[in-house]
Amino acid sequence: MKLHEYQAKEIFAKYGIPVTPGAVVKHLSEVDEALKKFPQGPWVVKAQVHAGGRGKAGGVKFAKTEQEVQEKSAAILGMTLISPQTGPEGKLVKKIFITPAVDYVKELYVSVVLDRVNRTPIILASAEGGTEIEELAVTKPEAIFKIIVDPIEGLHAYQARQLHLRLGLPQEAINQGAKLFQNMVRCFMDLDLSMLEVNPLVVLKDGSIHCLDAKVDFEDNGLARHKDYATWRDPDEEDARELEAAQHGLSYISLDGYIGCLVNGAGLAMATADAIQYFGGSPANFLDVGGSASQKAVTQAFKIILSDTRVKAILVNIFGGIAKCDVIAQGIIDAAKEVGLSLPLVVRLEGTNVEKGKELLAQSGLKYSFASSMDEAAKAVVAAVKGANS
Amino acid sequence: MSVLLDKNAKVICQGITGTAGLFHSKACREYGTKMVGGVTPGKGGTEIEGFKVFDTVEQAVKATGANTTMIFVPALFAADAILEAAAGGIKLIVCITEGIPANDMAKVNKILKGYPDVRLIGPNCPGIITPGVAKVGIMPGYIHRPGKIGIVSRSGTLTYEAVWQVTQLGMGQSTCIGIGGDPIVGTTHIDAMRLLNEDKNTEAVIMIGEIGGSNEEEAALYVKKHMKKPVAAFIAGASAPPGKRMGHAGAIVSGGKGTAKEKIAALEAAGIVVAKSPGEIGNALLEAMKKSKGKKKAAKPEKLSKKDRKKLEKEKRKKEKKKNKK
Repeated sequence: MKLHEYQAKEIFAKYGIPVTPGAVVKHLSEVDEALKKFPQGPWVVKAQVHAGGRGKAGGVKFAKTEQEVQEKSAAILGMTLISPQTGPEGKLVKKIFITPAVDYVKELYVSVVLDRVNRTPIILASAEGGTEIEELAVTKPEAIFKIIVDPIEGLHAYQARQLHLRLGLPQEAINQGAKLFQNMVRCFMDLDLSMLEVNPLVVLKDGSIHCLDAKVDFEDNGLARHKDYATWRDPDEEDARELEAAQHGLSYISLDGYIGCLVNGAGLAMATADAIQYFGGSPANFLDVGGSASQKAVTQAFKIILSDTRVKAILVNIFGGIAKCDVIAQGIIDAAKEVGLSLPLVVRLEGTNVEKGKELLAQSGLKYSFASSMDEAAKAVVAAVKGANS
Repeated sequence: MSVLLDKNAKVICQGITGTAGLFHSKACREYGTKMVGGVTPGKGGTEIEGFKVFDTVEQAVKATGANTTMIFVPALFAADAILEAAAGGIKLIVCITEGIPANDMAKVNKILKGYPDVRLIGPNCPGIITPGVAKVGIMPGYIHRPGKIGIVSRSGTLTYEAVWQVTQLGMGQSTCIGIGGDPIVGTTHIDAMRLLNEDKNTEAVIMIGEIGGSNEEEAALYVKKHMKKPVAAFIAGASAPPGKRMGHAGAIVSGGKGTAKEKIAALEAAGIVVAKSPGEIGNALLEAMKKSKGKKKAAKPEKLSKKDRKKLEKEKRKKEKKKNKK
């Protein structure tokens, strides 16, 4: 689960990580109130969307006067922000963050992530902040420091002090810097985050260190332990179908194509989308109904796929293990009847109770074609779309 | 012969009184696995469907001599269950549970370093099966057939797909290891490949990977350097957009790393035959086996040096002596 900058800053403040407070504004009428709270200018007006690269996309503006705050707020609120991380369709800005501007002399980059190679959290840090870390990793990898964190003990104070000095931070701030890095790691581990990122971390004129930005991603598996924060999810930022699927215990991800997929198991679901692409089609989604798919889950999955108007044909690929083919077949039949399915449907069933499943489908009066292997199924569904188009 | 799981496995189930735990314990027992009991804290001393229930792993091990466990404990308590198994004397831990926080697994991984003879498979995996002998996991037993193909995979149902294709070709499997779909798992591709490489009964291996991380690339390096057997592979997720988590917690392309394209290139560079579509896994295996046969014929048969021959003869004599004593 991703959070907005203003939410991440609230968490940072709780963990003693220095940030500048600000006000969240959802409507232009609230700008006055924000200025009353933070009367000391100049200010920065920042778009609150779940995507990086906001500055370059025109989503972060400096304002010298109250009048300018009004103007910049009006410009950003309601804009469609397009950055490399939003995709070409961009993201509608529904919230902005108004915060007093901070004068700084140096920009750095710090993040805490889980490293799959070392199987521990690690800190990635660089004295060259402000730019995208992915870009830096390619152009100047030696400028990125990597600190391995003990997954039980956290970041040791000596490691934090070493990092502070390697980043070229002022010696007189060594204890403040060390504490800040330790607090970042503590926050990451306490809250089961998958990422904590500050870009830029800045050195102020007085030598103290401060987070100008804040990014926090909760790991979905850990979220069950942090129920208070689970309510911080912003549904505006997420795909409506993905959210609905999650509520029914389904794993759904929107893709760009036009062939709807219903599969059991994540690996098989990925492979099914791959097969469609390999045979010249384009998958509209990834949908895993789970290893132990119930009849209800299948019906629900079908409805979600059909709510996507781009879908021109549907491929069902089930390898029954725990999930039984007859149960899945009944789910398909129920859903097709309920929604009045008119799109071409290709079904491939294999595994537990496959004969029963085939029988149910055959007797249902449903229009579909049956495929006996995965490749055959993918080819058939691609051909069905082409046939419908010609 | 097989790897990790053979007829000597005495298996308990942690979380045996839960619906899934009980269902699969019964299925394993029906398949022929020696299920010797289960653990649910607070229900020790009771019995469920013929399984003895214990409060702790330690008690279960003492009473039954169990050496293997299958974990179905809910996600937030599963890390503790793994540690309990290791401390309780279990040597093979198969954790089926999905959804364990990655930070928990980072801690578990560090603590398990203190138990070098304990092997963890999973979490978030279908388990392990040695067809015809035993299964510890949730895979449907009947799709498997005893044979000589080793299979290692991060996925559940996609593994079944591969198994099915092998079985359809008239071949069988030595051992199938589902290593799990999480970012941190106990046994990685490279560990599994090493085991299968050393297993006398495994003649060829299918490796199924997916986007995210660099596990497959590391395994490819191992294959290139050390693998004596033909290897076929499939990488799932070629159609996945970057930055999206494709169902499995570990299946994500981030910062341009962990793409299917990169992985396929690494595997092919190691001489592995990579199936272009998931329906081609069986055929890729046949191709890999054919390729390696051609190579073997071309290579000269190895001759034993005098020293080695003497050594072998000595060992043989020793063994015979032992037999005669018995």
